[in-house]
Amino acid sequence: MAQKSSLNNRPLEIRWHGRGGQGAITAAKIIAQAAYVKGYQGVTAAPSFGAERRGAPVSASTRISHEPVLVVSQVENPDIVVVLDHTLLKYPDVTQGLGKNGWLVVNSPLPPKELGIKGEFNIATADATKVCQDLGLIVAGLVIVNTAILGAVIKATRIVDLPTLEKVMRERFSNSTVDINLAAINKTHEITKLAK
Amino acid sequence: MAIQKKSNIHILDGNQAAAIAAKLSRVQVIAAYPITPQTPLTEQLSQYVEAGELQAEYVAVESEHSAMAVCTSASLVGARTFTATSSHGLAYMHEMLHWAAGARLPIVLACVNRAIGAPWNVLNDQQDSISQRDTGWIQIYCRNNQEIMDTVIQAYRIAEIVHVPVMVCYDGYILSHTEMPVDIPDQKDVDRYLPPYKPHTVLDPANPKNYNLVTLANPRVGVDGKLCHGYMELRYLLQEALQNSRETILQAGKEFNEVFGRDYANMFWEDREDAEIIIVAMGSLAMEAIVAADMLREEGIRVGVLGLRVFRPFPKSDVVRALRKSKLIVVFDKNISYGSEGATCSEIKSALYGTYINASIRNFIVGLGGRDVKARELVDATRKAIASLKETVINPDYPEWICQI
Repeated sequence: MAQKSSLNNRPLEIRWHGRGGQGAITAAKIIAQAAYVKGYQGVTAAPSFGAERRGAPVSASTRISHEPVLVVSQVENPDIVVVLDHTLLKYPDVTQGLGKNGWLVVNSPLPPKELGIKGEFNIATADATKVCQDLGLIVAGLVIVNTAILGAVIKATRIVDLPTLEKVMRERFSNSTVDINLAAINKTHEITKLAK
Repeated sequence: MAIQKKSNIHILDGNQAAAIAAKLSRVQVIAAYPITPQTPLTEQLSQYVEAGELQAEYVAVESEHSAMAVCTSASLVGARTFTATSSHGLAYMHEMLHWAAGARLPIVLACVNRAIGAPWNVLNDQQDSISQRDTGWIQIYCRNNQEIMDTVIQAYRIAEIVHVPVMVCYDGYILSHTEMPVDIPDQKDVDRYLPPYKPHTVLDPANPKNYNLVTLANPRVGVDGKLCHGYMELRYLLQEALQNSRETILQAGKEFNEVFGRDYANMFWEDREDAEIIIVAMGSLAMEAIVAADMLREEGIRVGVLGLRVFRPFPKSDVVRALRKSKLIVVFDKNISYGSEGATCSEIKSALYGTYINASIRNFIVGLGGRDVKARELVDATRKAIASLKETVINPDYPEWICQI
């Protein structure tokens, strides 16, 4: 099986930052699957490798390409950074390597310009936490924002569309939980503020 | 000839791929002890058994040594057996790995490659399986999750023909925990490719026999008056089986292609006729190496990639053929034989001895304990290797390490 990489077709790289238990890894996987459904032949989704603990900062990555992804090393220069918990923005490694014209997508009550983040990238924000609280998307006392934030990610980046995301969500989630998650995605998509 | 088949692609991580492959191979006995990063694989298999989706006996053992002892016993009574482990678990199995190979049992083991302590580390390198190099197992390394799926299925075909156990090795986390598209074969096709296991000898209480007496150095006459092999003859036959398994491995890959439309040989060789510089790597690193080779090509440096797949038996003649035009061979190893060099580098040097190929060889130790290995680092190392030829073409005694010392 000969495999060829294509530099002109460098994969789109997304890095996800959250806290252990928030579901950043699941979010990374959902987008990968949705991109595949959308017709991208090469997708990978990986957790940051090693021991993970509830509440501690964790990261994950997604790569999306029209050809099989050959890169297995960790994402260095993401095109998109997604932050599930805005308190993580104080760590410089969260936005590290995020390129010009890239997107920083943050779960935050603040509009993009008030985040106080400087960079040549675009910023999108949405208060996914409030959306999920209003909908009661809370498990064991923890507000689960990982699906909601996908609404903001696709509004900003248009990697996939809402119907594709819904299709994948219906495959991955049980009937009893999928509707509330879809409602969270749609609402967050609606309220996301973009600053280019 | 490749055939067009309807694909059934799912987004799976490496452990899921291995679990599904074991299920499709209709394994009958699974004995395993959980260890990071192999754990989700054994959990998945025990769920299959619990849910009745897999008609197998799942033996929850108290150690990896027992896991391989159970597999050995189950294989002796005619069951198709599977186990999986990593790192310290594989090391703990060491004694029984020798036993399984010596008893010529077609057990398949998935080794989810992980570093060995001290210092304590749960991340990827290939020191664990490389340390079991001389146990008499066939070792096959995978570059991605599709190859994990396909190789586990092929492993049973190979093992049950040559009567040698097969270790299917794949990188912990980098593959085991990374999701990517995988085409799941159809059960009917797997059944066609992999007929039920027919053991050459079965321990049967209804027909009691005495096996495995202390085997003396020299052949001796058995109770039936026939001359029986001594220890050395039996061990010669193990070596001969591995030597001759090349054909079976190639045939298994070819037949796999006929049924499933995916072609496998004993290595991954991209024939770039003009390349005089060859990068050699094994496992997922052989994918990253293709990206590195493309980056070097953009700079006008012509580089080919040899991805090692079958490490035991080492495909000497095939490797030599692939390297016939090489002037510089850059070998990246995620393991080291301490005091010597990377294991695959030694193999390459050994394969080239006595041939007309007089290439310079540079060995780099990379990625130990999960240290990330980026394509640009492979590019830098290759450039460095090229520059070193100006100083001397003689091969250094020891490898260079890509680390901060």
